[in-house]
Amino acid sequence: MITASNPSLPATAADLPEPKRWGDRLFKTITFLSAAMVGVGFLLVAYVLIQGAWPAIKLYGWSFLSNTHWNPVTDNYGALPFIVGTLVTSLIALLIAVPLSVGTAIFLTDLAPLWMRQPLTSVIEMLAAVPSVIWGLWGLFVLMPWLHDVPYTWLNKHFSFIPLFAGPIEGSGACILTAGIIVAIMILPIVTSVSREILRSVPDLQREAAYGLGATRWEVTRIAVLSYARRGLMGAAVLGLGRALGETMAVTMVVGNSPKIHASLLQPGWTLASVIANQFGEASGEIQRSVLYEIGLVLVGVTILVNIGALILIKSIETPGSRRT
Amino acid sequence: MKKLLLTGLLGLATLTAQAADAPANVALTASGSTFVKPVMDKWAETYSMVDPSVKINYSGGGSGTGQKDVLNGVVDFAGSDGPMTDEQLKTAKTKILHLPVVAGAVVIIYNVPGVSTLKFDGPTIANIFLGKITKWNDPAIASQNPGVKLPDTDISTVHRSDGSGTTYIFTDYLAHISADWKKDVGTKTSVEWPVGVGQQGSAGVSAQVQKTAGGIGYVELIYAKNNKISYADIKNADGKYITASLEAVSKALSTATIPEDFRFSFVNAPGEESYPISGVTWLLVPQDSKDSAKGKKLVAFLNWVFLDPKAQQMAKDLNYAAIDPSVVKRIMAAIETIKN
Amino acid sequence: MSVLAVFCALLVVLPLILVFFYLLKMGFSSLNLNFFTKVPTAAGENGGGMANAIVGTLELMGLALIMGVPLGLLGGIFLSEHGSERTNGWIRFGADVLNGVPSIVWGMACYTLVVVPMGGYSAFAGGLALSFIMVPLVLRTTEEVLVLVPHAYREAGLALGIPHWKITVNIVLRTAFKGIVTGVLLGLGRVAGETAPILFTALGSTSWNHSLKEPIAALPIQIYYYAISPFEDQNRQAWAGALVLIVIVFLLSTSVRMISNRRKRA
Repeated sequence: MITASNPSLPATAADLPEPKRWGDRLFKTITFLSAAMVGVGFLLVAYVLIQGAWPAIKLYGWSFLSNTHWNPVTDNYGALPFIVGTLVTSLIALLIAVPLSVGTAIFLTDLAPLWMRQPLTSVIEMLAAVPSVIWGLWGLFVLMPWLHDVPYTWLNKHFSFIPLFAGPIEGSGACILTAGIIVAIMILPIVTSVSREILRSVPDLQREAAYGLGATRWEVTRIAVLSYARRGLMGAAVLGLGRALGETMAVTMVVGNSPKIHASLLQPGWTLASVIANQFGEASGEIQRSVLYEIGLVLVGVTILVNIGALILIKSIETPGSRRT
Repeated sequence: MKKLLLTGLLGLATLTAQAADAPANVALTASGSTFVKPVMDKWAETYSMVDPSVKINYSGGGSGTGQKDVLNGVVDFAGSDGPMTDEQLKTAKTKILHLPVVAGAVVIIYNVPGVSTLKFDGPTIANIFLGKITKWNDPAIASQNPGVKLPDTDISTVHRSDGSGTTYIFTDYLAHISADWKKDVGTKTSVEWPVGVGQQGSAGVSAQVQKTAGGIGYVELIYAKNNKISYADIKNADGKYITASLEAVSKALSTATIPEDFRFSFVNAPGEESYPISGVTWLLVPQDSKDSAKGKKLVAFLNWVFLDPKAQQMAKDLNYAAIDPSVVKRIMAAIETIKN
Repeated sequence: MSVLAVFCALLVVLPLILVFFYLLKMGFSSLNLNFFTKVPTAAGENGGGMANAIVGTLELMGLALIMGVPLGLLGGIFLSEHGSERTNGWIRFGADVLNGVPSIVWGMACYTLVVVPMGGYSAFAGGLALSFIMVPLVLRTTEEVLVLVPHAYREAGLALGIPHWKITVNIVLRTAFKGIVTGVLLGLGRVAGETAPILFTALGSTSWNHSLKEPIAALPIQIYYYAISPFEDQNRQAWAGALVLIVIVFLLSTSVRMISNRRKRA
């Protein structure tokens, strides 16, 4: 990268002279408009959600966020249990999926024999194509009973002094932890694929330099590759997080659908996205439907807050591969 | 290579099938209750042979969706397990007719090791789902089931977590026979359950009950019958324990007082052979059709559904209870008022 | 350490294998010629299929592709090649937030904005809802891979006097082509299995679709209804449908990769 040591040359592409040719200007405008579509999309979502949620917002105000009831008969609604459920399941999903995905990405780019790489990649992409509904049903009929009988009973027996695993386990295995695991499986393909692309784009020069300095294979991976790609990998994790926060159909079949907050992960809960899916089709009465719109609004709010947090985290990590024009 | 060829051939077959299908002149779209989807599909399929110029597409989506769609004018008619409220009807651009089309029952399924028949009365069920009765060998249950060995297991109640017409009928019944239920919980497509676990759909509820020793839940009769799940006998208003069946539902329906706009409930109906937890599904039809051609075809379809004995038999074969002929006469009068 | 990496890869692949075999076991018996050529029959009748749902899914994916990919692609180019740090930060943030919006909300939005004004459910509304999901995803993945193209390439182009936009299109894009294709395929794969957004927009159908303004059948909707239906034949068809869906996306991604690989060699 050319730096200030040679001031007559541009340091970055942004220092280049303004595009004077119409081709450049046109291109810049087109791409800008496309990017601005993000803003348009945002406004659309905000408009629809706010318009739908308005009756509920007027009725409940801020107490909606701290209320823990969900009573369609008396029209007493609160979003807190769902907020907690969404955050906890997404966190569990990230904790499980990101290490697995990065490990797999490393395997795919550095360790796997060449003949294996393409087929394995395609297999992982197939994971992304399994519809959410199928994950939910498989989770319900296959994964959940197994989780209940084997790991949960074991965890509950040996680790119940930790409040996370305490208390009676829910009879069928439908709980926050199961939902977190299913969501982890669902975000694996996206985090793995993007991580793989990021790792693949690390210039070979980095690796060769590390080898030249006498690093072992793992040190090369850790120092030369991973730290170079750290910011990109975080971007991959954020993409996965986005999917995790909004995951609906699969979660709703395994999370237990209980609007209560429990300290234990082995108890049922509910998430913002799955309560919308659960109740929207049959919501009768204006207030109930309006409340569901408000839940959607809360979800967008939670997503914004979580992304701000991730941004702060990423910005604090400055790596060579992360300089942008 | 062979795989590619096979895929190509299959793809060609699919496309040929589509090309061979000629578009109908009139397409009617409907959404709403998933409860009636099986019989609506059957009727739509048969009717396209009776009148090939019409294609009827009934998708599901839930009663709430159906009601919303009819109010917004994006479908030609809808199916709904619960009646629309007065406030909703006020917002409609045109009058919406409620036409009761089939009736069904909600049954109580259970999983108690070693027990294959059970009897409950209304208050007992209410207390179970209220959390007041917690063990299977509670005297309230034992006294109704002499000779049955009830274990000392905890009762695990399972309810629907998604909004559902089944929940509406069930809670409507509980509110009728238990003042506590009416006060503390109420009637709706989804309520705040005092105890128990929520599962998605009848599939979820029955899977949960069958997996949990001591489990109890509620599903539609059709679901229990098709999946061969055993269900309990319920005591009706006349004091008799009834096993749910189409006849029992029809008997209950025949005692109901049906007002002019056809919005009614007949849970806990009188009559010796009536099954108490029953409900009806309505077709919501706008009185002013947007499109004259569509309106005419819709009226013809409705006439066929209600009057043709083959149509009524199809409903019975799929385990739906038919509407009483005397009520059908009134329904036909209402259909006459559809302007097109 | 390499053992750990191998272990990770195995764990990632394991759920897919388990699900695949489960689907095979439950749905294989329903995979016959009827399945691929007939439309659904009413409950309790045999001989029905999901042919219209298969074609419907492909149509919806095509619509989402046409409406969503160009926007996402161009937007990602803007973020990586132009703009100031501040605007880009906002746009990037917005895209990440939109990626987190549950797909059901897009369905609700399209219902209010398209279905109601149009007076009916339609394939167009369904494709639009799906493209809304694709745009932020494609935008971010495009940007992430374009940024990693070494600046030396761009500078070489500038040194040769090539206009900026030509550098972007011919040099930068071409280098990052495979990564962009991955992003698009990821988006398509996700969108192929989405149920909630098309429930509210395309509605699903029991017959063939003949126009963009009509409702259209799609595999995820059909799978959903069949899976929760009380009829066992329909349940089996749901599993078979899920198998077909996975295979469609797999075929799509392998064929696109084969084509892009061949291109590279040429």
